[in-house]
Amino acid sequence: MYSEIVMDHFRNPRNAGTMENPDGVGQVGNPKCGDIMKIYLKINKNEIIEDVKFETFGCGSAIASSSIATEMIKGKSVHEAVELSNKAVIEALGGLPPVKIHCSVLAEQAVKSALYNYAQKNNKTIKGLENYKPEDDEIHCEH
Amino acid sequence: MSKKLYLDNAATTRVRKEVIEEMSRYFDELYGNPSSQLYELGRKSKEAIEKARKTLADFLNADEKEIYFTAGGTESDNWALKGVAFANLNKGKNHIITTKIEHHAILHTCEYLEKFGIETTYLDVDRYGLIDIEQLKESIRPETMLISVMFANNEIGTIQPIEEIGEIAKEHGILFHVDAVQALGSVKIDVNKQHIDLLSMSAHKIRGPKGIGGMFIRKGTRIDNFIHGGGQERGRRAGTEGVQNIVGFGKAVEIAARDFDHHVERLTVLRNRLIEGIKNNIPDVVLNGHPTRRLPNNVNFSYKYVEGESILLLLDMEGISASSGSACTSGSLDPSHVLLATGLDHGTAHGSIRFTLSEEITEEDIDFTVETMKKIIIKLRAMSPIKNDEDLHKN
Repeated sequence: MYSEIVMDHFRNPRNAGTMENPDGVGQVGNPKCGDIMKIYLKINKNEIIEDVKFETFGCGSAIASSSIATEMIKGKSVHEAVELSNKAVIEALGGLPPVKIHCSVLAEQAVKSALYNYAQKNNKTIKGLENYKPEDDEIHCEH
Repeated sequence: MSKKLYLDNAATTRVRKEVIEEMSRYFDELYGNPSSQLYELGRKSKEAIEKARKTLADFLNADEKEIYFTAGGTESDNWALKGVAFANLNKGKNHIITTKIEHHAILHTCEYLEKFGIETTYLDVDRYGLIDIEQLKESIRPETMLISVMFANNEIGTIQPIEEIGEIAKEHGILFHVDAVQALGSVKIDVNKQHIDLLSMSAHKIRGPKGIGGMFIRKGTRIDNFIHGGGQERGRRAGTEGVQNIVGFGKAVEIAARDFDHHVERLTVLRNRLIEGIKNNIPDVVLNGHPTRRLPNNVNFSYKYVEGESILLLLDMEGISASSGSACTSGSLDPSHVLLATGLDHGTAHGSIRFTLSEEITEEDIDFTVETMKKIIIKLRAMSPIKNDEDLHKN
């Protein structure tokens, strides 16, 4: 059902856990739908993401998507990280079953949400987040 | 990895050696068509079928003429509902009563029957999965033709007050169908004492082969045929009989009947050990189903703040097979309709795991399962952004 890369990231998740005094935090999803992802960012003054942590409630592919997303943005500048797409996450995972595509979307959104939080707190603008809406009030589960 | 531990016996079971042995003769030695009555090979097949039919009838306290073989539990459920509905079309009877926690073989058939003007009332269940007898009585209309209630639930194991429901159905002259797919071999079934008119069964849940089921139809019950063709099963269910499967079903029932008391007693001890082990070793869990009125092999808990598919994947790595009511494993958007019907919130329902035991399981296996679950839940909770009930009920 899952690729070996998905299973590897599920079995040995990279960067799992919390972070003290993060520079940006983002959480997306909700318990009703069965997926929540939370991303913590440590960002230095050169706007480089020095450290990333994630916490995820969800299925195997949700945990794997968060894990690989943290690897993909670690060491990158916030401007590079904002370009992380769900397609890139799927590719890096060696594919996801069609019903699990939403996990990669959540990973992309969680990263954007954390970057948005960083930008808001520091009065910065990140190109690509101008139209970003952090909270979608309506619960709409997708698979 | 250590040994494989199969704890998904409500999904299906391992076929017994004795059953395979008995069946194997009917492939290359006794392969006659039971309809070919003019030579011995055909007659032998027919005899084998009738022997199995007698075994089933005795087990249910029914008459042999009231037992029919089908392709499985799903076909039996379809036959019961569609057969009774079609026999009553244009006769002023267009109402069925069932429950919210039935198998999809019932729920989707009721949905289909709407096309023919058949209305269905779906009874609620309480937090333990039990129906409310008063609601049942209030739901009865002059047009009600059938009450269909499962004997025991496949997900949470709750056993319904079947005899009481049967009495009410009888009083009102309404047919009573029982889906006994999970109950067969684990709960005493007496179609007369329990006033059952139609009963669905399946062989592969009781260590028989897949692809064979049965139906009890009380003599005189008005029900249309479902599979049309030749004259098999007294003209009621056409198609050349799967003789070897019927033989296997018969053997599985024969052993289930012989070992009934021991089976129930032993599994109940194992079940309670697993329930207590999980309750005492893992915090923030919810037992789904009834504490005592439940199948002797069913253990279903929700593990708060974690999700079921992740648990199943980690269990599989330890060699344990189980199942979950999470949406992720059902391919639908919602978690199990059964868990939601018991009033469980979506978040908690996503974290449910069902273990269903067999007599091949030992006490050591149970303790290993508890230990493994404990480790898995600690690992996943450490990774979860949900830390308490407040987080869980946000949104």
